[in-house]
Amino acid sequence: MELFAQQLVNAISLGGVYALLALGLAIVFSIMGLVNFAHGDIMTVGGYAMWFVVITWGMPLPMIAAAAILVGLVVAVAMERIAFRPVRGSDGTTMLLTSFAVSGILQVTFQNAISPRPRGVQLDPAFSQVIRVAGVDVGIIQLTAIVMVLVSLALIMLFLRRTTLGISMRAAAQDFSVARLMGIRADAVVATAFAISGLLAGVAAFLWVAQRGSVDPGMGLTPVIKAFIAAVMGGLGSLPGAVLGGFVLGVVEIELQAWLPQAMLPFKDAVALVIILGILLWRPQGLLGRSTDRA
Amino acid sequence: MPLLSVDGLSVSYGGIRAVRGVSFSVEPGEIVAILGANGAGKSTTLNAVMGLVPKIAGSIRFDGQEIGTTRPERIVRLGMTLTPEGRHVFSNLSVDENLVLGAIPLRDRSRAEALRRRNFERFPVLAERRRQQAGTLSGGEQQMLAIARSLMSEPRLLLLDEPSLGLAPIVVDRIFDLVQDLRRDGVTVLLVEQNVDQTLSIADRGYVLASGELRLSGSARELRESSGIERAYLGIGAA
Repeated sequence: MELFAQQLVNAISLGGVYALLALGLAIVFSIMGLVNFAHGDIMTVGGYAMWFVVITWGMPLPMIAAAAILVGLVVAVAMERIAFRPVRGSDGTTMLLTSFAVSGILQVTFQNAISPRPRGVQLDPAFSQVIRVAGVDVGIIQLTAIVMVLVSLALIMLFLRRTTLGISMRAAAQDFSVARLMGIRADAVVATAFAISGLLAGVAAFLWVAQRGSVDPGMGLTPVIKAFIAAVMGGLGSLPGAVLGGFVLGVVEIELQAWLPQAMLPFKDAVALVIILGILLWRPQGLLGRSTDRA
Repeated sequence: MPLLSVDGLSVSYGGIRAVRGVSFSVEPGEIVAILGANGAGKSTTLNAVMGLVPKIAGSIRFDGQEIGTTRPERIVRLGMTLTPEGRHVFSNLSVDENLVLGAIPLRDRSRAEALRRRNFERFPVLAERRRQQAGTLSGGEQQMLAIARSLMSEPRLLLLDEPSLGLAPIVVDRIFDLVQDLRRDGVTVLLVEQNVDQTLSIADRGYVLASGELRLSGSARELRESSGIERAYLGIGAA
């Protein structure tokens, strides 16, 4: 029971980070049909922002988190303005290749301007401690992750349901040209989609770097691939699907880590992918995708 | 001065010249019909007028202002909007949310509230279902919602693209009644239809499109009396 509870905490905190990233990918994809592979690099920039803040000012944790989130938001909006606005409305391949180019340019820039090797990000040691909650040992980082993920998701949901801009985003995700007939400004909706995705990537960056304690130029690659898998599993373009997919992927990975025999552990990711392929064979449109979207 | 005047409009669509040199105009207070068979270029014409598809030639003037390269979100703010063919309500959104979006071009929030009440009077069924997802409405209700949503921007000119498509005859009657009501409320209507008889019974003037070209134009009465327009241009008599 205790073991189960501990794993659940780990699964939710890991899955939550995937969910934030997958939701960011899905919001941008649903609005403009772009699979943004540079999404992970937004995370990386957020990580470097944390590093910079720590070595320069040694600021307290909330300021470090705020730096990651703010930089993530600004970088995502700038990315849209500079790289993706000129190719908006092109076919998916053009936009996808543009995102590869953005990703490549950013990674080379980090390698040359900072260092190809990881930079340590020393956070307050108290942050890495473990506390006992209701008879279960939980890391403070994991708890923070769960809280930050849930708060972020709740805020995004409120924004999408309660504000006119949020409702416009949902409308534009469903039918972009009819949304324009409502007078919804295409530029505003796309910029907001990137702002949200950058904000979520900033939160993810903070949690990811807090966990591993360092940042390197290729840091964003693994999480963005995981997030892409999560978004596809949830039904690409479905926002609740992306969140669900992220959590499912987190649970699958943590459970495999716990239950796979020692000899099988190196193949953990392969086993996880087989399980996800199984899910997609069962529901090709994704967990929450609509089958009518296949046309 | 006409509210809308289109001159020599040509539009390419998927490599095909879908609309070729079409000219027409709409005067304030009129109901003007554009008739034609499937694929005649009617929807393409409306989409080009709204700036949803680019034109390759011609001029489009709304209220005296050239809008040939204006974006749709700007055109809506000038006072012209389109209820697209196939309704295209936002099916994941509630009826209320669809109406909120329709009012985005308005500056004045209290005006939006008044328009919403007016729409609920006009379409009581929408008031009953205001919290329901638009996708759960029947076809006729969705058409009403689509029109109500367009009216939320308080257009001076409403472009209606095949509002009767796929609806039961009794619902079609309601839609045509509604178009007449709109005129009484001061909304000018450009109506694209395949339903020739009912359209000409409420329209002032009409244009007939075939294969992307204007073939015939005149008052509704003249068009009604020019026997054989259905057979010749609308592909109906042949069935």
